[in-house]
Amino acid sequence: MKPRYVLHAFLAVMAVGWLVPLLWGLFNSLRDYDYTGTHGYFSFGGFTFQNYVDAWQRAEFGEKFLNSLYITVPAVVLTLFLSACAGFVLARFSFKLNLTLLGVFVAANLLPPQALLIPVYRAFRELELLNSYTGLILINTAFQMGFCTLVLSNYMKTIPHELYESAEVDGAGVSRQFFTLTLPLVRPALAALTTLQVTWIYNEFFWATVLLQDGDKFPITSSLNNLRGEFFTDYNLLSAGSIIVALPTLLVFFVLQRQFVSGLTLGSTKG
Amino acid sequence: MRSRRRLTPLDRIVVTLMIGVPLVFVVLLVWLPALSSVALSFSRWEGFGGLSSIDWIGFDNYQNIATIYPPFWPAIWHNLIWVGFLFLIPTPLGMFLAVLLDKEIRGSRLYQTAFYLPVILSLALTGFIWQLIYSRDQGLLNAVLGTQIDWYGDPNVNLWAVLVATGWKHTGYIMLIYLAGLKAVDPGLREAARVDGASEPRTFFSIVFPVLRPINLIVLVITIIESLRAFDIVWIVNKGRNGLEVIAALVAQNIIGEASRIGFGSALATIMLLISSVYVVVHLRATTRGEDR
Repeated sequence: MKPRYVLHAFLAVMAVGWLVPLLWGLFNSLRDYDYTGTHGYFSFGGFTFQNYVDAWQRAEFGEKFLNSLYITVPAVVLTLFLSACAGFVLARFSFKLNLTLLGVFVAANLLPPQALLIPVYRAFRELELLNSYTGLILINTAFQMGFCTLVLSNYMKTIPHELYESAEVDGAGVSRQFFTLTLPLVRPALAALTTLQVTWIYNEFFWATVLLQDGDKFPITSSLNNLRGEFFTDYNLLSAGSIIVALPTLLVFFVLQRQFVSGLTLGSTKG
Repeated sequence: MRSRRRLTPLDRIVVTLMIGVPLVFVVLLVWLPALSSVALSFSRWEGFGGLSSIDWIGFDNYQNIATIYPPFWPAIWHNLIWVGFLFLIPTPLGMFLAVLLDKEIRGSRLYQTAFYLPVILSLALTGFIWQLIYSRDQGLLNAVLGTQIDWYGDPNVNLWAVLVATGWKHTGYIMLIYLAGLKAVDPGLREAARVDGASEPRTFFSIVFPVLRPINLIVLVITIIESLRAFDIVWIVNKGRNGLEVIAALVAQNIIGEASRIGFGSALATIMLLISSVYVVVHLRATTRGEDR
C-alpha cells in the first residue's frame, strides 16, 4: 500500500488553499485601515473591531437584515408548502400527465432568470409589484418550486402505498392524509430543503437587484455595494461587511451541515 | 389510477387545488414570461404606452444583434470560455477530490468542509471576497507576485480572475455531488476489479465512472446552466462591461436604466432560452428517467 501521507499532504495543501480567500478576508476585517495603509497588508497588528461597527452603520445592515428576513421567510415557507402539495399529488396519484407536470415544474427551475426579466418587470410594474417584497417573494417561490417539487415527490414515492390505504379505511380524506401522514414522514427532506432554500433565497441577487430599485428595500446580499466608495474602497471595511453578510449562511451551514449536504445531493442523485 | 376512482368530490377539489395553485404560480411567473420574451423579440417597443404601441418587425432584432451590436459576439465567446473553463478545471478537480475523499481517511470531513464552504456563499459575495485578492493596490495577489495588475479591471485578465473565483465555488459543489454518487456505487464492483488486478485509476475509469452516468449527466447540465446564467459576479465587478460581457448581463443592460430596448433585450433573452432548452431536455431525461414505464 502506498503511504497515506502523500494523500494527506495533497489534501491539506488544497484545503488550506481553499480557505485562504476567506481567512484573508477575516484577518483583514479585524484590522485598522490606517495600520494596513502604513504597514501594508503583509503585517501583523492594528487589530480592531471598529470595521464591523462602521460597516454595520454605513451599510445600514440592521435594516437590511430585516429586509432579508421579510423576503426569505415567507418565500421559503411558501415554496415548501406549495412544492409539498404538488409533490404529494404527483407522487400519490398516477395521472396520465404526471410526468409532463413534473417537467413543467422542474424545467421552470432551470430557465435562466434573465431571460424572463423583461415580461416579469413589465407585468410587475402594471400590477404595482415592482419595488415590493410581495413581488420578490412570488418570483423566488416560482423559481425554487421546481427543484423542491422534484425532491419532495421523489421522497414521497418511497412512502408505502399501504399506509395510505389504511388511512383511507379510517376515513381520512386527501387533505388529512397529506397533513397527518405524508408531511410528518417527509420531515427529513423538508429539513434539508429548508436549509438549502434559506441559503439560496438569502443569497439571491439578481431579482432583488432588478425588481427593488429602492435601495432601502434591498436585502442584505444586494446592499454590500454601499460599502464600496466611488473613488476609493476601504477593503478592511468591505471585508467586515462581507463577513457580516456571510455570517447567517455560515451559521446555518455549521449547525445544519448534514441537512445542507443531503439537500444539495437529494436533487441530483435520487431520481 | 385505482386511487383516483375512490376520490370523493371534496377530495377531488383538494387534489385539484394542491396541484393547481403551484401550477398557476409556475405558469404565470415562469412560462408565460418566457413565451412573452420570445414574442417580444420580434418587436420594437420602447416600453411606453400600451401594448398597441408595439411595432412588429420580424427578425430585425436578431439581425441587429448579430451585425451591429458590438458586445454580442464577445459575450457569446466569454460564455463559451466560461463553460470550457468550468469543464476543464473545476469540474474534474471536484470529481478528483470526491474520489480521494470517498476513501476511508482520517479527517475526511474536515477536508470536505473546507472545499464546500464556498458553496454556501452567494456569487455576489464571492465577488467581494475575491476583491481583496485582486485589488491592484491592496490585493494579496499583486503583493505575492510583485505585479501591478488590476485583476478585476484589466479587460485582458478580468475574465480569468472572475473565472477563478467562480471555479473556487464550483469545485466544492461538484465534489459534493460526486461524493454522494460514489457512496451509491456498489463496493463489490470495485472489489472485483481489485481482485482482477486492475489499478486504481483503471478501476475508476472503466468501472466506477460508467456507473456514475446519471451523475455525470447532472453535472454536465449544472455546469452548462451555471455558465449560461453567469451574472451576479460580473454585475458586482463592473456590470458586465469592459472584458466581462456575458449574455445574461447584456439582457439586464438593455432593460435596466434609461435605455430600455425591450424588443432588442427580448431577442437576447430568447437566444438564452434557446440555448437553455437543450440542457433542460437533457436534465429532464436524467431526473425523470425510469418513471415513464
